[in-house]
Amino acid sequence: MKSDNKQQLSASGSHSIFSKEYWSQRDMEMYVGKLLRYGVMTACAITLLGGIIYIFQGNGTIPNYKPMPGGHNAFVGVQHYLRDISTIIPRILHFDGAAIIQFGVIVLIATPILRVAFSVFAFLVEKDYLYVGITLLVLLIIFANMFFGLH
Amino acid sequence: MGLDIVNVELFSLILFLGAIFAGMLGALTGLGGGVVVIPLLTLGFGVDMRYAIGAALVTSIATSSGAAAAYIKERITNVRIGMFLEVATTTGAVAGALVAIYLPTNIIAILFSCVLIFSAAMSLRKKNQVIDYAAKGDPMGVRLKLNSSYPTKQGEVSYNVRRVWGGYLLMSLAGIISGILGIGSGALKVLAMDTMMKIPFKVSTTTSNFMVGVTTAASAVLYLQRGYIDPGLAFPIVVGVLIGAFFGSKILMKANVHTLRLIFFVVVSFLAVQMMYNGITGKL
Repeated sequence: MKSDNKQQLSASGSHSIFSKEYWSQRDMEMYVGKLLRYGVMTACAITLLGGIIYIFQGNGTIPNYKPMPGGHNAFVGVQHYLRDISTIIPRILHFDGAAIIQFGVIVLIATPILRVAFSVFAFLVEKDYLYVGITLLVLLIIFANMFFGLH
Repeated sequence: MGLDIVNVELFSLILFLGAIFAGMLGALTGLGGGVVVIPLLTLGFGVDMRYAIGAALVTSIATSSGAAAAYIKERITNVRIGMFLEVATTTGAVAGALVAIYLPTNIIAILFSCVLIFSAAMSLRKKNQVIDYAAKGDPMGVRLKLNSSYPTKQGEVSYNVRRVWGGYLLMSLAGIISGILGIGSGALKVLAMDTMMKIPFKVSTTTSNFMVGVTTAASAVLYLQRGYIDPGLAFPIVVGVLIGAFFGSKILMKANVHTLRLIFFVVVSFLAVQMMYNGITGKL
């Protein structure tokens, strides 16, 4: 079955996943809305759980957030394992509160990106190729910026 | 200093309450997180500006997603307008970040704060005007499929977008400025859509929130890797802002637009004053 022929039905009577009919039965907008809601609730739950563990694991004092003397270059930042997803995940399994919080933040950061990725798909199904292009362009600029900003 | 007197539970609680407020305000005005969170941390607790910026980024994303999650089928945000203008903001931001090295940041901050107050005042004057949003708009708006409608208490209201390229230019400027200064993009986004393109206020604020979430997510990854995002700060903020933005978004549906404009004006003025202060004292 050709996936771009939305009129054609397969032998079992169902439409291709790229056809408007498949999605209008299921309402695209509702999917985005639910996706976002679950993403947000997940991020919230993870962060909250991590926060509670973090406070229990701490000794009641606040880490040193104050600016260091020595100005701009003296900034130390958070511990290195808390900066990258590959080092955060192993620590989650050890119930490290700080790592769990950071993971919640990563899930949070992913929600708008997933929302936009879903928009691309939605525009594709609507055959709005102008906006498939525009959205991909925006994603491209953002990822290029992210990538080159790291160096 | 504030940090020496409180213990971690109290500090987290204060941040949490501040975050709820920030989220609510963000959902209502389309501004990101910096306005409340940065002064709370830097002036209130003496936290290093970089941690504060990391926290503000997290606030912006949480505001954007929290506000959007309030409705399963929210039909106010105009994704096409948002995506189209995002091209302008993102390219502007890249340009701004590149150029920032050569520019006197504090002077730009002072100029920007003047522009902000002026444009916010202009936006406020309109609260007594009755604008016919459905009047014929820019043909470019039709070509780019930007025109739409949104639900209100009085029923569905159509709107046609004006001055598309003017809006695009202004958005590029907004992007450049936020690339240089790091904050303030939400305010300019709302103003560009509301004042230049004559888009209904609630559509401008929700679409701004959508846009802010997208661009901020990109910077957030960078800042995470540079160690600017601290878990102890992130946790009360994420939870608080999500809650605040969720309920703020619910309130937005029923809110009176005149009241919203007034709140927007007050918050933007506060932002402008902060920026002027930071510019003059050389913190930026």
